Amino acid sequence: MKVIGKDIQRVDGHSLVRGKPVFTDDMRLKDVLHVKIMHSPVAHAQILNIDISRAEILDGVVAIFTHKDFKPHYYTTAGQGYPEPSPRDMLILDSTVRYVGDRVAFVAAETLEIAERALELIKVEYKELPCIFDAEKAMTAGFALHPSEGTIGIHDVSRNIAAHLDAELGDVDAALKTSAHVFEGIYSTPFVQMAHIEPHISLTWLDNNNRLVIRTSTQVPHHVRRIVAEVLDIPIARIRVIKPRIGGAFGGKQEILNEEVVSAITLKTGRPARIEYTREEELNAARVRHPELVTFRLGFNEKQLLTAIDMNILENCGAYGPHALTVMSVTSLKALSMYKAPNVRVNGDGVYTNLPIAGAYRGYGAPQACFPLESIMDEAAEKLGVDPIDLRLKNVFQVEDDVPIAKILGEGREGFPMVLYSTEIKTCLDEGRQLSNWDTLRSKHQTGRFRRGIGVAAAVQGSGIPGIDMGAAFIKMNEDASFNLQIGATDLGTGSDTALAQIAAEALNVSVDKIIVYSSDTDITPFDKGAYASSTTYISGTAVKKAAEQCKAMILEQGKKLLQVEEAEIINTDVIASDGQSISYADICMKTFYTDEQMQIMGTGSHVSFDSPPPLNATFAEVEVDTLTGIVRVIKVVSVTDAGQIINPKMAEGQVEGAIPQSLGMALTEFMPFDDQGRMLNLDFNSYHIYTAGDMPKLVVRFVESNEPTGPYGAKAVAEIPINAPAPAITNAVYNAVGVRVRHLPIQPEQVLKELDIE
Amino acid sequence: MTIQFELNGQLVSADTMPGTTLLEYLRSEELYSVKHGCDHGECGACAVLINSKAVNACLILMHTIEGKKIETLESLSNHEHLHPIQETFLRAGAVQCGFCTPGMLLSVEALDREEGEITEESVKDALNGNLCRCTGYVKPVDAALKVLQKNKDEEVQS
Repeated sequence: MKVIGKDIQRVDGHSLVRGKPVFTDDMRLKDVLHVKIMHSPVAHAQILNIDISRAEILDGVVAIFTHKDFKPHYYTTAGQGYPEPSPRDMLILDSTVRYVGDRVAFVAAETLEIAERALELIKVEYKELPCIFDAEKAMTAGFALHPSEGTIGIHDVSRNIAAHLDAELGDVDAALKTSAHVFEGIYSTPFVQMAHIEPHISLTWLDNNNRLVIRTSTQVPHHVRRIVAEVLDIPIARIRVIKPRIGGAFGGKQEILNEEVVSAITLKTGRPARIEYTREEELNAARVRHPELVTFRLGFNEKQLLTAIDMNILENCGAYGPHALTVMSVTSLKALSMYKAPNVRVNGDGVYTNLPIAGAYRGYGAPQACFPLESIMDEAAEKLGVDPIDLRLKNVFQVEDDVPIAKILGEGREGFPMVLYSTEIKTCLDEGRQLSNWDTLRSKHQTGRFRRGIGVAAAVQGSGIPGIDMGAAFIKMNEDASFNLQIGATDLGTGSDTALAQIAAEALNVSVDKIIVYSSDTDITPFDKGAYASSTTYISGTAVKKAAEQCKAMILEQGKKLLQVEEAEIINTDVIASDGQSISYADICMKTFYTDEQMQIMGTGSHVSFDSPPPLNATFAEVEVDTLTGIVRVIKVVSVTDAGQIINPKMAEGQVEGAIPQSLGMALTEFMPFDDQGRMLNLDFNSYHIYTAGDMPKLVVRFVESNEPTGPYGAKAVAEIPINAPAPAITNAVYNAVGVRVRHLPIQPEQVLKELDIE
Repeated sequence: MTIQFELNGQLVSADTMPGTTLLEYLRSEELYSVKHGCDHGECGACAVLINSKAVNACLILMHTIEGKKIETLESLSNHEHLHPIQETFLRAGAVQCGFCTPGMLLSVEALDREEGEITEESVKDALNGNLCRCTGYVKPVDAALKVLQKNKDEEVQS
């Protein structure tokens, strides 16, 4: 292959290193209104009265909206396929607030300062209501956080269950009863933040045809268009959504966060409007990862093969339920598609609490599966007296294995059969064992204050949502044999514009500089579900390949007509007939534009897949525990990934290198503590600590390439898989170092110290 | 309040309200490489050079820059040629979303203008104030080391 597998420079790289004005906020809108949201200071209350009279008369205030200004229309902010599997439990503005940070009102003013001042002048009378901060108590609280009237799809309103999941294959109880060994454990993963450096930012204006233009930092432009149309009751035809360059998202922008707010202002006033979250709002009133409490029971036979996996999930959704069901179903599917067990069962509830809203965050439920599963596998290995890598190697799914649970656990509906065509997890584990120096480090006896250990964890993800995710592409040819590639697919900084250009270039036999990419503009580019579920390379990439192949077939057809031959083939960028005559791509296009056989050479492609081939990963972490303070320091992380054929090695490495510190953050530094009133305490980057350059351990990143027959040029996904395993690899390493088993993240030094049993 | 200073090589005088930050001013002047990420001097997305030191523009009030020399990323290259630091970042794959990139590039440039040895430690130190959620800092640190060590070697040779 000429272009696939090569380190092609990012197609947007030049503008980015020059700091060109390519992000949402990098433009000036004449007469723009500044929009601010008033957030609830209390965790649960009924709004008895809102008095906006003093704010309204403030000079420079142009519009104020409260719940009285909207007819109740329940929707979900989750940017998912339609109909969304998430409950419709949210109003644009509600007379009840359900967490500290919930929307109370919003204001548009001539300046940001006036908008902020106006918020201070709005007087709200709250009747405070009892709160639920503990997910375990949500189902038995005796009162409901959401109404049954009007809301749609809440699993059990009275017990505060947003979503419920259960599935069983085989007979788990019987299998556990007869298993030679049964291990049980309870584990939890915490609230964490996506912490993209560019905050949520949206601009709106009316164009010359009175259509609403939304320029926004989003992962899901087409979902934004559909949901804003629905919520504000305007035709889809009246909306254009433009996604410029995005300053990171990681799932945080798979959400209609403020687009409907700022659109309402522009529709009411006719003026451009702008809303940007502050970092404090990001931390408190955007989205977070769903904390999950997972109970596992694992049965093994005397040959150390799994007989049964029993899994119970309690998912904390926070105040509303975007992604409630689907994150939980990903947790269960990823936990049950790693190791082969003839009997499996999952039971899960996603519950409402009066805490910030959980949403989509890179990994989407898989990190919540990986931490408990890889912890209990480690515990099981020790009790069975077997090397943790060997226990995994014995039990992992292999090529041609059927993963039967996938058929039951779909994305909010029944799934599809899952057969593995490519899986190199064994090679990942073997290679990581060598690279991490496992055998030597594992057996080293530790003494002294600083003790080192090494741990391993394996992980699985998907490539797109089978049977649901659809992406499309359009390619047209120009007379110098360049091509415009138009894609709905959304590059968030991941490099998908570049990867998709490589796929088009490979299919068309041209270099990447001949591909002009334009993406994510609902007026101009075809539909794409958006950037989530590790779907862009696999789903949108196949759509691009189809469009390019159609375009190439048309080039050949026109070439034959122009040469007046029946038989010809494309070699490089020429159509060559069997009699030796030839015509170049450029000449074909020039002639078909202006003189002969006139037409526009172009191709389209749409793709939906009923497979979702899993990328796999093995991560090895070496840690050092300070036995005096309990502080854990990560020395080195080795991450070996099977993502199929790698499209662009440097960009793929970048995905892994960026995912690892996000997982290290969840394990070690990122805390979201709340006070007893449900107020989050760490509201800035000083106290909510994400990894810095100086914090980074040594990373060793490798790929074990496989060939996935259902993917474009053999590719699977790479974006999410590397975020899953680092956290459990670290806790497993901590156990190896000092014998302390951390079952609840984040690792807290005081907890490590308390459980340390050394002289 | 009128303040005079040098901005990207030009002497300018700015009429600003008290309390205006350098970040607000620069973005209002359409110098959009200066990004807004946190408002508290924690993320480094708004880093600029003040008298050749990398500083977070969100923490700088306009009246404090009288007579100083301000540089933003816009001044680092011309429309034909990239600055070697930009070129190296681009080639190394050190740019992902690109939002923190302007701040990172200026932190590296500031380090280049300092005396002293270039080591992995000094590079990580220089980039410690630039939060990045995409790259894990691996390729930015490698790129910075590569270009700065080359620059120092050339200085020694010349």
